[in-house]
Amino acid sequence: MKFNLKVWRQKNAKAQGKLVDYTIDNINADMSFLEMVDVLNDNLTRKGEDPIAFDHDCREGICGMCSMYISGRAHGPHHAATTCQLYMRSFKDGDTIYVEPFRAGAFPIIKDLVTDRSAFDRIIAKGGFVSVNTGQAQDANNLPVDKADAEKAMDAAACIGCGACVAACPNSAAMLFVSAKISQLALLPQGGPERNNRAINMVNQMDEEGFGNCTNIGACEAECPKEIKLTNIARMNREYLVASLINE
Amino acid sequence: MSELNSKIPEGPLANKWNNYKEHAKLVNPANKRKLEVIVVGTGLAGAAAAASLAELGYQVKAFCFQDSPRRAHSIAAQGGINAAKNYKNDGDSVFRLFYDTIKGGDFRAREANVYRLATESRNIIDQCVAQGVPFAREYGGLLDNRSFGGSQVSRTFYARGQTGQQLLLGAYGALERQIGLGNVKMYSRHEMVEVVTIEGKARGIIARNLITGQLERYFGHAVLLASGGYGNVFFLSTNAMGSNVTAAWKAHKKGAYFANPCYTQIHPTCIPVTGDYQSKLTLMSESLRNDGRVWVPKTKEDAKAIREGKKTAVDIKEEDRDYYLERKYPSFGNLCPRDIASRAAKEACDDGRGIVPSGLGVFLDFADAIKRLGVDVVKARYGELFPMYQNITNEDPLKTPMKIYPAVHYVMGGLWVDYELMTTVTGLYCLGGPRG
Repeated sequence: MKFNLKVWRQKNAKAQGKLVDYTIDNINADMSFLEMVDVLNDNLTRKGEDPIAFDHDCREGICGMCSMYISGRAHGPHHAATTCQLYMRSFKDGDTIYVEPFRAGAFPIIKDLVTDRSAFDRIIAKGGFVSVNTGQAQDANNLPVDKADAEKAMDAAACIGCGACVAACPNSAAMLFVSAKISQLALLPQGGPERNNRAINMVNQMDEEGFGNCTNIGACEAECPKEIKLTNIARMNREYLVASLINE
Repeated sequence: MSELNSKIPEGPLANKWNNYKEHAKLVNPANKRKLEVIVVGTGLAGAAAAASLAELGYQVKAFCFQDSPRRAHSIAAQGGINAAKNYKNDGDSVFRLFYDTIKGGDFRAREANVYRLATESRNIIDQCVAQGVPFAREYGGLLDNRSFGGSQVSRTFYARGQTGQQLLLGAYGALERQIGLGNVKMYSRHEMVEVVTIEGKARGIIARNLITGQLERYFGHAVLLASGGYGNVFFLSTNAMGSNVTAAWKAHKKGAYFANPCYTQIHPTCIPVTGDYQSKLTLMSESLRNDGRVWVPKTKEDAKAIREGKKTAVDIKEEDRDYYLERKYPSFGNLCPRDIASRAAKEACDDGRGIVPSGLGVFLDFADAIKRLGVDVVKARYGELFPMYQNITNEDPLKTPMKIYPAVHYVMGGLWVDYELMTTVTGLYCLGGPRG
């Protein structure tokens, strides 16, 4: 297979970036998208050019590191899959493919397709946890959890923190990511004592990082590789509202 | 030559850990604040150690090469975590978990350490649940358990097929809490390239800043390596791309002994290699062997025809198939232990009976299970796995047998440590994957 690629190249955070044309030939349909980029980078390196910088690690769809915006879609054309789970057979021979980074004001570009998503870590540091030191825990079965609640918490906890929701959102909102963590802990009794402060602090940090607001577009849910539901955002709004009233 | 002193505490096996804890030296809070600890790696071992040390009052510097500590490869573990809770009242105990673990390690692991692991397994589950890890529950709200290979009791706690992810995110939350409180300084996108020793003691590391490319120098009164296993010394493995074993290798070059490097788990059910461009191998859960039957054709001619695309699996008559695991190991059949299943697959392929173009692949066939249970039951049992296989190979395992081959998955060797988890370099400790 042969492809025309238009890849976003940007030297560093401050430089002006642009789409650069590459053609690549002899691509096997069973190759993953990242393996195709590996081959392209191998070609570039042999020619003495700078290879394309991109984030990746586990290559099995769970670490959340890979993050390409492929022909207008976060993680490419498939539903519920990460970039590393995309295979070249999903494209037609001769296709032109656009490859861009996850774009958002709060995700500054470091180089080429690599962005700085540390804003997510700073949001988690504001309350995406239960304050229990090692050794302070009670017996695990002292806290029964309704099975349905545990399932819902697990649905929310499946988030891999890749940032596709932010990249897909026209407002660059991080509501799906933040609400997934707030929901997980709001649905479990362990999250109870810190519930109100968690909602306030995480939402405030989200705003401070420069993420936009939710206008119920739903692109985040549509593009989420782990199918995190919009209902989490509704739950987060409720948590935030209740917390605001109580804190008043 | 360093002297190997394992420092196993005195006393009967069951009392060693308590003896140790009761007589270990304490550090007073004012002094803890003055001590800096470097933790390299933020997987289950590294993140938990960094958070726990910070909670105790030490100053911690944590390093990971990914963009966030949440991405460590512990996240890819699927099945579950064992603990001797005996919640099922099926006769489990610390000793039984200890015994099963020792047996699983071919009786070569250090008994005192394994007994400690079995003892602490109960606290680990308590801690994870308290952190909000959404383990599977029964209808009464209590924790669910399932059984797993190598044991006769149900002691495995699990969060769907994402147990590793959920455990890691729990540890990551604890770590981020300490980062937020200012007790841990996190250095992401940093790769350790050297252990610094002063007068024979580990006193820091040199790390490369992966954004600027600069080498940077960091001081610590002690250095903890939790940088993962060495599976990627093999050309292809199921490990993450970044799990490159540099840190453990550099420690070894600095004098830390390496133990049991032969201890590499070759997992029998991975998707076969399809081309020389391939970057990694993907594991298909071992649970597939519950219903799948492993076979290759009896004759080399049939295998060759399949390799060349002249025949497919359905063209091979039942009597011309060699269900070699059932033939060789009638009492265990397709559920024989991983090493045995892997070895048998290699034997069949070395015999010229492999069924993928490279010659390195065998069938894992669900046709009988589908006949017996119906498509819907089989589909429900392996809900996430079949679409994953189909996504990678473009073949539907409900219609045509899966093709599998063994691959390097997990390593049990690593840097040698004593009971206190110190390597043969004073002040250099090792946890989790890189440990032998």
